[in-house]
Amino acid sequence: MKYWILAFVAACAIGAATAWVLSAPRGIDAQTANAVSAPGDAQAGGVVFYMGGCESCHMTPGQPDPLRLGGGLELKSPFGSFYPPNISSDPTDGIGAWTAPEFANALLAGVSRQGENMYPAFPYTSYHAIKPADVRDLFAFLHTLPAVKGRAPPHGLGFPFNIRRAVGLWKFLFFNSAPLESTAEHSAKWRLGQYIVEGPGHCAECHSPRNFLGAVVASKRLTGGPNPEGKGVVPNITAAGLHDWSPDDIVTALSIGFTPKGDTLGSSMAPVVRNMSQLPKEYLEAIADYLKSYQAP
Amino acid sequence: MKGFIAPVLIFALSIGSALADDVIAQRRALMKANGDSTKAMVAILKGAPYDDAAVKAALKTYTEAAEKMPALFPPDSKTGGDTAALPAVWENKADFDARLAKFGKDAAAAAGSITDAASFKANMTGVLKNCSECHETYRAKKG
Repeated sequence: MKYWILAFVAACAIGAATAWVLSAPRGIDAQTANAVSAPGDAQAGGVVFYMGGCESCHMTPGQPDPLRLGGGLELKSPFGSFYPPNISSDPTDGIGAWTAPEFANALLAGVSRQGENMYPAFPYTSYHAIKPADVRDLFAFLHTLPAVKGRAPPHGLGFPFNIRRAVGLWKFLFFNSAPLESTAEHSAKWRLGQYIVEGPGHCAECHSPRNFLGAVVASKRLTGGPNPEGKGVVPNITAAGLHDWSPDDIVTALSIGFTPKGDTLGSSMAPVVRNMSQLPKEYLEAIADYLKSYQAP
Repeated sequence: MKGFIAPVLIFALSIGSALADDVIAQRRALMKANGDSTKAMVAILKGAPYDDAAVKAALKTYTEAAEKMPALFPPDSKTGGDTAALPAVWENKADFDARLAKFGKDAAAAAGSITDAASFKANMTGVLKNCSECHETYRAKKG
């Protein structure tokens, strides 16, 4: 009898150790840390800011200035509520005292300043594709924005989702941080579109269905699904889903928010259009080029 | 007596829900008319020739919709009839009605100030901004 007990205890111990190892936070490498630490171009960083749509989640709620990034907006999910943090330039309550590698760890690896796994409500699952130079420039841009006092509330998650270490297991299963792939046949325009959509634009985070653990279903990427922010449906924006739209229709939608039928995109796309409309027109054309050729994997 | 109450209740409830469905159908029709007008307006914004008749007709459609809409959201029309209206409409009815009033006012003002392509470009965007601002908060996305 005692051999079975011993075997059982040993199996549990091995299981726990394996889970512990697999769930360990893995940060950026030294090369990336160096690349993001060089002085950044704040103006170029502004473009990254609008591609990334940072203010849509991090803007202080209940006031109109999108550059006041005090955080605290409640994002409801099937797992509980998430509260995006203060990312203003405030040194105590925001990121004013952060180093560039700490910032890069968050965006590219989903690892917090405390060295812990971050919840993928912060879409590092897309942001990992942001180029180190863009991370560096974005960091410089954020430092030019006003300091906002006050911290966001801690996330309101029930058991077992409040076990932060377990996010590491989620990342082991679902966080694919491989670089974006393209061939020599893809034009520069297409590659720019791919970069914006799959990287800072993080379109797939809303425009894809998710599994019961909240991960994007890779085989159905960009085919749409229930609105993660509440009521309604998010549309399919693959080439098949957009077959009635010309590339120019897509550019129009992203710059002034109207569809070919004269409807307004509205809903969660309203802040996206506010951001996208700040980008150079070639960027929107590149997005259109990529989406019009996109087939779900 | 007892056998009388149930049919009356069922009758009353179905009239009630039919009436609710009716306002939903009406407001959806008004919004569809808005969309059809907007399609032509966006085309002109993107370079199609300025069409004064179409522009004035569109602005009239918007003004009428803005006038009729607030009354088409009674408390019993929150669901059914394929409505995309979010609960926020009824939670913030004063703001909802105010936005519709502004939309109507902006459209009426534009009808006076738009006479050609240049004044169209200058003034129409302001009118159309009302669409996305309201739809951001008060309408669910239906794909």
